[in-house]
Amino acid sequence: MTPDGHAPEVADVDPESRSDLERREHDAREAGPEQPLRRITGPAAGSQPANGAAGAEAKAGLRVKLEGLRAFYGEAEQVKGIDLEFRANEVTAIIGPSGCGKSTMVRCINRMHEEIPGARAEGRVLLEDLDVYDPSIDVVAVRRAVGMVFQKPNPFPTMSIFDNVAAGPRLSSRRRGDLRQQVETALRGAGLWDEVADRLDEPGAGLSGGQQQRLCIARSLAVDPEVILMDEPCSALDPIATLKIEELIEELKQRVTIVIVTHNMQQAARVADRTAFMLGGELVEVGPTQEIFTKPTDPRTEEYVTGKFG
Amino acid sequence: MSADHASSERLARFDVSPARRRKDRLARTGVLVGTAIALVPLVLIVYYLLRKGLGAWSTSFFTTDPTGNTFFGGSNIGGIKSAILGTIEMVALASAISIPIGMGVAVWLVEYGRNSWFAQTVRFFVDVLTGVPSIVFGLFIYIVLIVGTGSSYAGYKGSIALALLMLPVVIRSAEVILLLVPGALRESALALGAPRWRVIFNIVLPTALPGMLTGVLLAVARAAGETAPLLFTAAATLKTSFNLGGFMNSLPVQIYKDVTSPTTAVVNRAWGAALTLVVMILLLNLIARLISRRSRLA
Repeated sequence: MTPDGHAPEVADVDPESRSDLERREHDAREAGPEQPLRRITGPAAGSQPANGAAGAEAKAGLRVKLEGLRAFYGEAEQVKGIDLEFRANEVTAIIGPSGCGKSTMVRCINRMHEEIPGARAEGRVLLEDLDVYDPSIDVVAVRRAVGMVFQKPNPFPTMSIFDNVAAGPRLSSRRRGDLRQQVETALRGAGLWDEVADRLDEPGAGLSGGQQQRLCIARSLAVDPEVILMDEPCSALDPIATLKIEELIEELKQRVTIVIVTHNMQQAARVADRTAFMLGGELVEVGPTQEIFTKPTDPRTEEYVTGKFG
Repeated sequence: MSADHASSERLARFDVSPARRRKDRLARTGVLVGTAIALVPLVLIVYYLLRKGLGAWSTSFFTTDPTGNTFFGGSNIGGIKSAILGTIEMVALASAISIPIGMGVAVWLVEYGRNSWFAQTVRFFVDVLTGVPSIVFGLFIYIVLIVGTGSSYAGYKGSIALALLMLPVVIRSAEVILLLVPGALRESALALGAPRWRVIFNIVLPTALPGMLTGVLLAVARAAGETAPLLFTAAATLKTSFNLGGFMNSLPVQIYKDVTSPTTAVVNRAWGAALTLVVMILLLNLIARLISRRSRLA
């Protein structure tokens, strides 16, 4: 690390922000002792606030930390040992050429990677201090804490707008409080409420592409996640819809930690606090976004962000 | 002038050559003739069914049981009520057996078994089962449930034979439809923290349901038209019965018996019964088409 303490570093945390993080964790403890972790480890979820809206306001995002993460498809190693931290309530962008393992890495965080036949992961993924790959962990609870938005908007085709948003609370058999209120809160959170409030019973598939993607964000917000993973969420959208999602990301980070995979480097520059550059399944460099784009330490990063390859 | 000439020469290669025009006409004619030949028996079947069948239809044809009076010039031979009701009852029971099992197998194959060796083995045997002639199913039930238990013919035994016949059709058609459900839907539901069984019941099955019903109704239609599995499992009888434990009449078996009769009126009743069966199956197919039009899968 360079003396000024602000240079990009490889998969490490500089002391300044670590103290910042500790402060935030302290605040979170004040708000509700160890809530997020209890949600994952045991069924003692009854201590959650009954009102989803109030809970969401008080909630802070979780820190996510990868330690020696390796991911395989059969024998092929797609992610080759990554150490990386996603700080709480920050937006971290993952950039890199196609096939470099960005999506695979992100899908390891909520354990969706293992849904693909033959796929497995090694290493540790820590939510705060909790390893989601620990054998005692309930994978369903991990996915409730770590939401995901996919590349193509994919509202459930048989369901209305309301039912799409309500799907999370309903499907996870954890209906607490007023479902209508939860749906409204989630739709407001996704900036979609004003556009759909008077047609909640219409099919979700009838919305425009950008609205569908915000519906999908609302759907993942409805289960009150503490981390949201976005896998190229704007690649199927036009520039105006993209802008709306980006504004939304800016708002959402008040409540959650966001990891966004993107091919669009302008997008990374616009929305991300920090940016990580991946190549061939390895992490090349991570640091504050501006520094990754203006004065990267690794020549490969510079070549990529200046458009020399990829 | 010379420029025009040059361009017309450049365009000449885009003209269709006479040889290709001839080949095209020949091929088109060939395909058309083939289609016409294939249509001939189809049209004839429908024509004879309507001409002979409609003549046999009357109110009493549908409301009375066959009397068994097949001699004496064919007066008072009765209708086919017991056959219609028997077919409906037996096919209903066969559906009640085969549809839940078949859908369950299909869900297992697509959602859990995937490409494991056991799933592949199951698929192989299902395919083998699809190719087994229907009379073999009848024979199997005859050996196991009639000879094996030393008991008599019964409607439910016919239903089981029909269910075995339907099973592979239900499994295969349901599997194909389940595979059409986009993986992205399963993933996004799983990513919401839904347990797998919830994903299947609340996302996958509702999405696949219209398509699955189409396949199911086609299997039902196939079972309704089968004679062989019923001949020596449910037997033939005259009286309308609502007891699936006893003998039961059915349309295909009724037709089979009537056609061999020397009495013209009885043969005509076979035509009427055949038309009835075709109309019933046509209705099922129509319903299947209407449902599949509502499907959200491509």
